[in-house]
Amino acid sequence: MKGETRLADATDLLVIAGRSFRSRLLIGTGKFPSLECMAKAVEASGSEIVTVSLRRAEKGAASGNILDHLDPSRVLILPNTSGARDAEEAIRLARLSRAGGLSDWIKLEVTPHPMHLLPDSMETLKAAEALVKEGFVVLPYIQADPVLARRLAEAGTATVMPLGSPIGSNRGLRTGDAIRLIIEEATVPVVVDAGLGAPSHAAAALEMGADAVLVNTAIATAEDPVAMAEAFRLGVEAGRRAFRAGVPSEKDRAEASSPLTGFLGRP
Amino acid sequence: MNDLARTLESIPAGDLLARADRADERAVRAVLAKEGRDLKDLAVLLSPAADRLFEEIAAASARLTAQRFGRTVLLYAPVYLSNECVNVCTYCGFRRDIDVRRATLGLAEIEEEIRYLAGQGFRHLLLVTGEHPKNVDLAYLEAAVRLARSLVPSVAIEVEPLDVEGYRRLIEAGIDGVTLYQETYDRDLYVRYHTHGPKKRFDWRLEAPSRAAEAGIRRVGIGALLGLADWRKETIRLAAHARWLLKYHWRTHVSISFPRIREAASHFAPPHPVSDRELARMVAALRLILRDAGLVLSTREGPGMRDGLARIGITQMSAGSRTEPGGYGRPDDAQKQFMVEDTRSPAEVAARLAALGFDPVWKDWEEALHG
Repeated sequence: MKGETRLADATDLLVIAGRSFRSRLLIGTGKFPSLECMAKAVEASGSEIVTVSLRRAEKGAASGNILDHLDPSRVLILPNTSGARDAEEAIRLARLSRAGGLSDWIKLEVTPHPMHLLPDSMETLKAAEALVKEGFVVLPYIQADPVLARRLAEAGTATVMPLGSPIGSNRGLRTGDAIRLIIEEATVPVVVDAGLGAPSHAAAALEMGADAVLVNTAIATAEDPVAMAEAFRLGVEAGRRAFRAGVPSEKDRAEASSPLTGFLGRP
Repeated sequence: MNDLARTLESIPAGDLLARADRADERAVRAVLAKEGRDLKDLAVLLSPAADRLFEEIAAASARLTAQRFGRTVLLYAPVYLSNECVNVCTYCGFRRDIDVRRATLGLAEIEEEIRYLAGQGFRHLLLVTGEHPKNVDLAYLEAAVRLARSLVPSVAIEVEPLDVEGYRRLIEAGIDGVTLYQETYDRDLYVRYHTHGPKKRFDWRLEAPSRAAEAGIRRVGIGALLGLADWRKETIRLAAHARWLLKYHWRTHVSISFPRIREAASHFAPPHPVSDRELARMVAALRLILRDAGLVLSTREGPGMRDGLARIGITQMSAGSRTEPGGYGRPDDAQKQFMVEDTRSPAEVAARLAALGFDPVWKDWEEALHG
């Protein structure tokens, strides 16, 4: 089982597409009050994977470019396809990113609904299949749908990234039951993405067995984003350690302390 | 009358407001505590009781804006291509019966303007014209859009209402947004303000954002020209229009602008003036009803209002604007559509936003997203 192999792994690294990471906290770079603040928060978070919206990035821009505030020797810059409404647009953005020398890793987001930004499952699967064929390392943002997660893993995605609750909602693991099923069956790392509003939500996701979480809004819009980034780092570490230590399941606690069958004569 | 018009006509804005006028502070706080809010709740947020609690309402609006949009404000610039117009809108500086110097920019002049704005940092432009079927036709707009798109990633238009095919052609040429204000949602007043020209057709204009959405546009911007009618009724109908668009054109993002009538060559005195406080209340109330709508403020407002409203709920701003054709290269006050109240440079506006704790965003669009 997946959990056991991880316990046996003394260094406890997060491995995605053959690349290892010490941190299990991925950070999104949108919504921050300034790019300087974003950079400091990334540092405080200890994150080694940082998502960047391609639509915000502009190489060589005079006026504040996100990419100038991130050090690619310290963090993996993971471009996302935010703004894509269908598979075709997402694929175009991914190709543009690769052609621009940014990355062949791509966080796949297909969100035709511009208001709540929930992902389009059909178009996401279609884009993932095409991008994997083109040699991309694909990390898809998805509904917490266990069947879709299996279909994507079969298609060759590097992770699955189910949402905990609608993006920006800070509601935590509202989709917890479905995420649990995804984790149980996962053959690729499960990164809980979107909706985590507090370090305790992140800790709960890791305790449950998620391999990592991605957080943006809760950090970027906190009163003190840098302090909140650190709080999330601690939450993720706590959740991961608890998972490795073996969080007692509810079933364990419900077991009677003296045997219920002791009154029965032995055969 | 079309379905949208019928829906808007059927909203008893006056009754909703009259009922809300009896609301007490507890009722206002109950609306603030709600998750999903409707037009009845909006009326409560526009009530006198809500005025007494405006600091709380503004705080709720600021929180929701930060949650949905982060601490960012997108900057854009208008490019006036032409001030030629066949309409008479009694409030407008470009109305056809006024003696202002008329101009329609040629492609070389447009390029000069856009290069100047791109040099200032802008990546989002709004191309603006009057309505002049002969000198500013669809082929002209297509050429202007293609030119603009060769220089910046995001181009929107604010021109007369087009048919679906017209919007399709401009999307093909490269626009991703259409801005079109209804001016007023009061049909009777509309007829009085728009005395001559094709703009007299209220329903044709009202349905234009739907046609643009049908053509596949990504963003529509709507608005009422503040000062033409009772601001509270306009706010309710504006919200209803936005909700209609969100319901029937769910792939299209909706923004709302807050153009408040300013001095123009028409010397028009608004019969329903909107105060600073009322404008701020409108911004906050609409945010609380439409949490994901872009809220847009132009340089019609002065620095104090713009800074203040950015903290309450505004998510997009123009900066350094000139409102006459060719105004960036060759400023000419005699040709303006309206007076600009915020004369700070784009860099000054950006610096001030940063000081207020907002990231001024210049680019939030990408070439590859165009079909």
